[in-house]
Amino acid sequence: MNDKLVEKEKQKITSAKKMRDIMTTYYIDAMSAKENNKLVAWITSGGPVEPLIAMDIIPVYPENHGAMIGSSKMGEDLCMKAEDMGYSNDLCSYARTDISCAIVKGGPIGGLPEPDMLICCNNICGTVLKWYEIQARFFNVPLFIFDTPVCHTEFSPEIAKYVRTQIDEYIAFLEKVTKKSFDHDKMAEVGKISYQGQLLWQKVLNTTANRPSPMTAFDAFFFLALIVTLRGTMIAVDFYKELLLEMKERIKNGISIVPNEKYRLLWDNLPIWYQLKWLSSKFSDHDACLVADTYTSAWCSSLKYIDENDFLNSIAEGYTRIYLNIGVDQMADQVIEMIKFYNIDGFVMHSNRSCKPYSFGQLDIKRIVESKANIPVLMIEADMTDPRAFSQSQVETRIDAFMEIINQGK
Amino acid sequence: MIFAGIDIGSITAKAAIIKDNQLISTHVLFTGYNTLTASQKVFEELLSKVNISKNEVKTIISTGYGRNSVDFADKALTEIICHGAGAHFLNPEIRGIIDVGGQDSKAILLDNNGKVTNFSMNDKCAAGTGRFLEVMARALELDLDLLGEISLKADTPANISSICTVFAESEVISMIAKQEKRENIIAGIHESAAARIATLAAKIKIQEPVMMTGGVAKNIGMVKALENRLKCQILVTDSAQENGAIGAAVLASTL
Repeated sequence: MNDKLVEKEKQKITSAKKMRDIMTTYYIDAMSAKENNKLVAWITSGGPVEPLIAMDIIPVYPENHGAMIGSSKMGEDLCMKAEDMGYSNDLCSYARTDISCAIVKGGPIGGLPEPDMLICCNNICGTVLKWYEIQARFFNVPLFIFDTPVCHTEFSPEIAKYVRTQIDEYIAFLEKVTKKSFDHDKMAEVGKISYQGQLLWQKVLNTTANRPSPMTAFDAFFFLALIVTLRGTMIAVDFYKELLLEMKERIKNGISIVPNEKYRLLWDNLPIWYQLKWLSSKFSDHDACLVADTYTSAWCSSLKYIDENDFLNSIAEGYTRIYLNIGVDQMADQVIEMIKFYNIDGFVMHSNRSCKPYSFGQLDIKRIVESKANIPVLMIEADMTDPRAFSQSQVETRIDAFMEIINQGK
Repeated sequence: MIFAGIDIGSITAKAAIIKDNQLISTHVLFTGYNTLTASQKVFEELLSKVNISKNEVKTIISTGYGRNSVDFADKALTEIICHGAGAHFLNPEIRGIIDVGGQDSKAILLDNNGKVTNFSMNDKCAAGTGRFLEVMARALELDLDLLGEISLKADTPANISSICTVFAESEVISMIAKQEKRENIIAGIHESAAARIATLAAKIKIQEPVMMTGGVAKNIGMVKALENRLKCQILVTDSAQENGAIGAAVLASTL
């Protein structure tokens, strides 16, 4: 191997292979659930998954599936199929791909295993309500809706009571569907594991505060899959322990992910799944590293509200006060905190045609960040899964100009 | 010392030459299908016009949407930075730029050193760009260059409500069918485009003095419509269309 290849090999994150293997096993287990007499629940990405794990139900995430469809560049075809069925192209592309995939069994894994129940938590958006209702009718399975009111300013006693009551209803729903009684001891155990997993994920993300950064947000988008799908299991805990060790090792040995890291950027909103490679090399060519993002940190940002020894009671607040379910001022505060913590030179915002709650309010956040943090902010218009909403040359000019402005200011 | 800037836009290719900090000359051609050929041709024609040989030119910077295809340039920079540098070179007082080209419209903010501090740009939509005006001129069976002068004769500008180029064209066609006066339709088209561009300017809180650059700045009707919208005077130089190329040449001299 020549020096360049050796260097490139050194830069690779070795845990990636293990992570791929874990995800493959996870999907094989989910696909063969029926043969193993296990039940499958489809659940929204920000939903309280721990009671499912405690009941030995396999959680499956249509949104994670959407990300896989996007990364394998199969989104356009599946979105168009949903549009043929009569769904508007204004509808979220995860919803469109999931709805059409349920029928045509398309995508990189030939569709998801059929659900025995659906768990829908609206802390991430309102679209999921109708989307899950459609799927509940299609598969003719029971649907549980976990309603988390938006906390514009505070988590009021009324919200606390309302959400906490639903946890009991959720458990009753699971007992009815599974015809088994809920094991509170097991739940306490799963709660502790979930807390531990989230804590480790936060620690992994924190390592990028190091200059140069041992990984980029593009890597975080990939490693995120476990904290979403296997939250509450030891698989996630063990994996993130290893990943954290690898990151620490990279820092110790001075191994950076972007060869000549000069600028440090923060990303907002979901990834543009079908353009990760292009975007990653585009920023890298400018010696810029996307060190952090508001998206992957959403799976640990409400940890402060969770008590691992009183898990069920505390998740009412933890699941309600996630990044997408709080007011714009609070979102901007979190962004500014991240800018300070990660030493950020520029903020890249993806205005995502699909994700309304994430994209609504971005202009306000942009304005607040520009005035309070005094760094350049770039807005890219695209969609997470539907490539028809992405125009490469337009985005390229914006990124180039943005980097020229950051460079001028240095 | 001689420096050159080459701006490959979606419709036209522009080149500019600067010698000892003075603008020597500029040149404009249609881009056509091959951006590299266009860049070579516009550069060579300009060189022969001013009787300078290629090897006398110390540094070349390319810009515009075809910037990366100019293989003989020393560096490629975006038109945003180049328009900033060009406007500052021609008038150091300028703080705001409205650049409307073939497929892009942009609003740019400058600091007192001519550095770009912020910008906003139209997205995938062509409304409010030169292409929008081109489509409308075709629907009206008029030469693009005539739109500006004719629109000044309008008494009541027509109301074009669609922001989409395709739908706006249908609206224009139905107005033609209703025998609406041509000057009123054109003035309406300018107001519609100006409204789109003014939003970009508002996004970055544009500051005066404002200069308009890009090919569309040659359209007096558009300039007037924008002045009305932005409620400020807009400066336009004779080399508005070549401003990006001039800026590229200016930046080449700082490399």
